[in-house]
Amino acid sequence: MSTSTPVAQTLAQKLIARAAGRENVAVGEIVNCQVDLAMFHDSSGPRRLKPMLEELGAQIWDKSRVVLVMDHYVPERDDESRKIVRIARDWAREQDLPHVYDGQGICHVVVPQHGHIRSGMFCVGGDSHSPTGGAFGAYMFGIGSTEMLGVVVTGEIWLRVPHTLQMHWLGELQKGVTAKDMMLHMIGRFGMNGGQYQAVEFCGPAVKALSMQERMTLSNMSAELGAQVGLIAPDEVTAAWLQAAGAPTPDTSDWHTDEGAALTRHEFDAGTLTPYVAAPHSPANADVVGRYSGTRVDVAYIGACTGAKLDDLRAAAEVLRGQRVAPGVRLMVAPASQKDQAAAREEGVLQVLLDAGAELFPTACGACAGYGETMGDNTTVISSTARNFKGRMGSATAQVYLASPYTVAASALRGVITDPREVLA
Amino acid sequence: MTTHRVWKLGADIDTDVLAPGHAMKHGIDKIATFCLESVRPEFATQVQPGDVIVAGPNFGIGSSREQAAAVLVKLGVVAVIAPSFSGLYFRNAFNVGLLLLTCPDADRLQEAEGITLDTKNLTVISSTGKRLSCEPIPAFLLDMVRSGGLMNQLRIRFGKEPVQ
Repeated sequence: MSTSTPVAQTLAQKLIARAAGRENVAVGEIVNCQVDLAMFHDSSGPRRLKPMLEELGAQIWDKSRVVLVMDHYVPERDDESRKIVRIARDWAREQDLPHVYDGQGICHVVVPQHGHIRSGMFCVGGDSHSPTGGAFGAYMFGIGSTEMLGVVVTGEIWLRVPHTLQMHWLGELQKGVTAKDMMLHMIGRFGMNGGQYQAVEFCGPAVKALSMQERMTLSNMSAELGAQVGLIAPDEVTAAWLQAAGAPTPDTSDWHTDEGAALTRHEFDAGTLTPYVAAPHSPANADVVGRYSGTRVDVAYIGACTGAKLDDLRAAAEVLRGQRVAPGVRLMVAPASQKDQAAAREEGVLQVLLDAGAELFPTACGACAGYGETMGDNTTVISSTARNFKGRMGSATAQVYLASPYTVAASALRGVITDPREVLA
Repeated sequence: MTTHRVWKLGADIDTDVLAPGHAMKHGIDKIATFCLESVRPEFATQVQPGDVIVAGPNFGIGSSREQAAAVLVKLGVVAVIAPSFSGLYFRNAFNVGLLLLTCPDADRLQEAEGITLDTKNLTVISSTGKRLSCEPIPAFLLDMVRSGGLMNQLRIRFGKEPVQ
């Protein structure tokens, strides 16, 4: 009689093995996985999927596993965007889709906030920031529309089992230093393709100490690290948050990396991390805030799934409470979701921002992806979003610096890029 | 073998340069007219069917928008040759029928030279006869590109005619 030794597996391997119906999977092998949830938005979804589905004469494999979010072209500003959003609305009605969120906010925030993502799930999203779902211990990654069509008609997708890069954060973050700074530091160190489309796993005491929304920021920007997924082993913080979001009580116990699993580990000291800023035109162009201190800014932008969740709005308000932004600086705030905006209103956080001179924009992707009110020629912008590619937020001559909401708010206050610790002190 | 003209680009060519955000509300024909506008403004009007792109590392970083790969198919580009690609872009390219060759020595190829592709052996042959080998590609992905992308494979699966 033989007894097989259990193979030590990473969290990524365990999540993939479950979706592939296997005991375990080996790094490098190509497997087919059953998809638990397929999410897409008005830009990547209906306008592309509808004609292809009709041409194939095919049906959605399981409507209960599909979530549609209108977030890119809302509110509609011109004839083209009206057409795109109309296609999405008409198709949602035609198909009688059970899970549709229209103008509720950005998909990566709205979908977990409505209890659709749970630990252990295998999910795909029609957007590159889909790794956000990894914060909940779900294997979630972004795909294009044609591949989404494949998922929608078969319920399956292939992948190559990734190696795991563990980002182990020791110590404790200083006041005014956030998940965003951790990410800019890592992206600066490893580059925008440093993740090599492998699985990144964030762990260690400094990660465990983060709120759920801060963890989402880590997973979200795994996209800028070039990873397929950005996973965080679920714990009591995850369970409590998911329960409040209406997800069935998750079993978080299985979803962690086994002792002895083969992986590459990088260690970081949270205690010595300072705020980080990424200069134009790449998130990898990141350095300590001091390097850019004093750079004059025209616009301070707090927006996107990356940087306008409730915790991000709270951080900005902490800096701006009882104060006004510097003359000539425009502070733009586009909360990530209606839920976060309502909570910020309730707590008084929104009023603090408005009193400081903030202009409030719709809870949508907005200027982050070059939609809505975009950045003009030669504007210098400091932004809590994820990407500062040339021309992404509007004009190709706009200079976009990326930073945490604390740093964005502190810079709005002084009119120049500012280390928020000076203001919070 | 067919000769392909090289368009040489630098490192970190992102999806927003290939398919700019301001053009994304349009169909693929219109988006293609803005392809690479901020780095090679003449590209979209001067590229010829059969041309190839040779780029630096990290080609296709950024968004999941597959239009960033589909524009190149639309413009007749037959392959992109680079030392590394964004993983998400890699999937999208094969899904829309664009061949990507991961070639560590891509930098040895020159702007405007005529190269040949040995797709069976995944080798790029320069105008001077240098043979540059590329990393292996799973057979099912090569099949996908030969079929003209995932949509054509699905057309066959659902009993429809593939589109050339």
